[in-house]
Amino acid sequence: MSESREVVRLEKISKSFPGVKALTDVDFSVNAGSVHALIGENGAGKSTLIKTLMGTYGNKYEGRIFVEGQEVKMQNPIMAKELGLLAIYQDVQMAPHLTVGENFFLGRLPGSGLAVNWKKVYEDAAKTLGDLGIEVDVRKRLKDLTVAQQEMVSIAKAISEDAKLIIFDEPTAQLTEKDTAMLFDMIRQLKARGLAIIYISHRLEELFEVCDEVTVLKDGQYAGHKMIADTTVDELVAMMVGREMTDMYDIQHGKTGDVALEVRNLTKQGQFEDISFSVRTGEILGIFGLVGSGRTETVRTIFGAEPFDSGSVLVDGKEVTIKDPSDAIACGIGLLPEDRRAQGLCLHMSVKNNINLASYRDISKAGKVNAAIEKQNAERFKESIAIKTPSLEQLVRNLSGGNQQKVVIAKWLCKQSHILIFDEPTVGVDVNAKKEIYKLIEQLIAQGDAVIIISSYLPEVLGLANRVVVFSEGKLMGEISEDELKNKPSDELEKKALMMASGFKSE
Amino acid sequence: MKRFDRNTLSKISLVLILVVICVALAIFQPSFLKTTNIFNLLRTTSITGLIAIGMTVVIITGGIDLSVGSVVGISSVLCGILMKQNGWPVGISLIVTIVICLLIGLVNGLLIHYGKLPPFIATLGTMEMGRGLAMYITKGRTIPSLPQSFTGFAQLKILGLPSLFIVWVVVILLGFYILRFTRMGRNIYAVGSNMEAARLSGIKLAPTICFCYMFNAFCAAIAGILLTARITSGQPSAGEGYEMTAIAASVIGGASLAGAEGSAIGTVIGACIMAVIQNGGNLLGINSFIMDIATGALVVIAVLIEKNKKRT
Repeated sequence: MSESREVVRLEKISKSFPGVKALTDVDFSVNAGSVHALIGENGAGKSTLIKTLMGTYGNKYEGRIFVEGQEVKMQNPIMAKELGLLAIYQDVQMAPHLTVGENFFLGRLPGSGLAVNWKKVYEDAAKTLGDLGIEVDVRKRLKDLTVAQQEMVSIAKAISEDAKLIIFDEPTAQLTEKDTAMLFDMIRQLKARGLAIIYISHRLEELFEVCDEVTVLKDGQYAGHKMIADTTVDELVAMMVGREMTDMYDIQHGKTGDVALEVRNLTKQGQFEDISFSVRTGEILGIFGLVGSGRTETVRTIFGAEPFDSGSVLVDGKEVTIKDPSDAIACGIGLLPEDRRAQGLCLHMSVKNNINLASYRDISKAGKVNAAIEKQNAERFKESIAIKTPSLEQLVRNLSGGNQQKVVIAKWLCKQSHILIFDEPTVGVDVNAKKEIYKLIEQLIAQGDAVIIISSYLPEVLGLANRVVVFSEGKLMGEISEDELKNKPSDELEKKALMMASGFKSE
Repeated sequence: MKRFDRNTLSKISLVLILVVICVALAIFQPSFLKTTNIFNLLRTTSITGLIAIGMTVVIITGGIDLSVGSVVGISSVLCGILMKQNGWPVGISLIVTIVICLLIGLVNGLLIHYGKLPPFIATLGTMEMGRGLAMYITKGRTIPSLPQSFTGFAQLKILGLPSLFIVWVVVILLGFYILRFTRMGRNIYAVGSNMEAARLSGIKLAPTICFCYMFNAFCAAIAGILLTARITSGQPSAGEGYEMTAIAASVIGGASLAGAEGSAIGTVIGACIMAVIQNGGNLLGINSFIMDIATGALVVIAVLIEKNKKRT
């Protein structure tokens, strides 16, 4: 490929956020007519790299960006667009209530004065789509199309806007197999037209179908580059994993007791299927899986936030009926939701109110809240888990992420829940608060609580849990046992977990 | 010096505004301070102020209730029919009236929670249906000359104050108590702040939401009864537009239509400010349409100030 032309070249890109260095000296380039995969675990820096390239962070980055050989200082997303760089995100970003044609010309409808030239809108849109072999009625509203068709439309739109580079971010996450095949055909066509493509995916086997080369990121750094023809899934996984385990996750595991929570054959059509696992008192069960693997849906179902089709839930050995979160709470289960601001906290209410939120039934008599106990509770947990707030009356929205998360934890401690489910407990939390949350989890299991931790970040689950189960596409793929966690090297464990999460059964 | 939080501060500034208006009126129009004027003012304010308390509770959940004006109409018509046409004793008539109005509130709550209708739409529907019903059963006519044992209450003085005002004070205290001291109060703010977080904390949404709309309907029922006693007749058109007055009073008093903000005391001050402005306009002989313009502007200005204060 001597005549291949570089469309984009990134040199020594570094990007820092307050307290974290997200990218360090990353090099990356992509040629015209080529598909370059960008892979790495969650937190490896893939999205940060793409967002830097797309101008999302403005000019606040270090390093150099070249577009078609010319150095540019990226200023904002508009500049990236004008340079012909386009990203297709998982959630298609168009106006769902407008027609395909209208979306095609969004913000640049042809016509004179106030009148729109609708004939041109629909004819041009139909022509562009037709050239690419996409059969879609341009007068249909976007929301009436399938997800795959919507993606096709956004790709076609990118082409009609003279894109030179298209970035696909997890494009197959919501697609069926048939649609995925269609998408791959499309990508091959784009390649043939001489476009450069960056392809981000967690599903490694896909790369072998459409990509030409692959770059691996690990912990914000360049970890290697391969031509797809010369590599294997095994080798890629090995490049992604393997880091020094910090002592951050080094917590004391005590003796485990009886089974506290057991799930048998839990099934919900289209979400998850035949899920069975259990967690003992004093034990931490880790759940690992990619976004969309059904792990969050499963625990929300156990907690009564969503209905399920079949299966059963047992608490302390007895089968329980959970139809509403209040039932689960009465059984002693507490859930720290994935998105604490949207699901875990009443942001307009005080620290005091939020800590007591699940406990008002217990501290009221004839409907009247016992204000003294309410205050005591809040004070106790503010002290014991060190919530940094100027006062108990402070509104929760004014606290930092880590302290907000502590308030959610305090809510369940206050309710004396003994089965705690933590869904992504440390997302958006700084390093010190992370450590404190881990210490808190250590205390919980020491006092005999059962804990489930869901995380997309492997070192976290592998480092904290007694056992880990892995989800992929709504199914439980396998388990990493206590023995393995104790005795096997972390590279090997991460590799095993990643393989299962990408859909390969454990042997 | 003790520091006040933002809510206390904005309440103090509201009280100051009220005091300034009153003092100005007292200077320019001394008849403002006459007992008859003050008592009339209290009677009128009490009726709309009652609904404003209920409305505030609904607004705190992030909802809105357009049906209360119609509930006032239904309440008034029922009083007339039950006492005059059916000849039922006053006590029983009032109880039946209140129960029927509570049912309308329940329907609102059920439509909103289980039917997943936006509160605006659900209560717009019950507002139209309620008014239509009040008109239909009376054929649009008023039911005059209700029993003296009932209408006399409106002229009564308790502790030297108008009885209607005393009823309002009781409902204010009730609203204040619920919002400030009860579990239901905490749940109401929680639902308004973040419904999903409230649900995931074990708060049952259906009873909470139904309670709020029923409490509002209860306030409207009482307002309808008092209004009927005051005008001595059952009026199918009674209470038209009261929902807007109630919403305005809540909003001036610091309630946010986005939910989770508002208080009984704030709403009382809001209702008083609106009433005093209207009354002052009358006394000074200003065209009442001008006063409507002033009231509308007041709502907009109150929210403008509140919003921009938050940004800093």
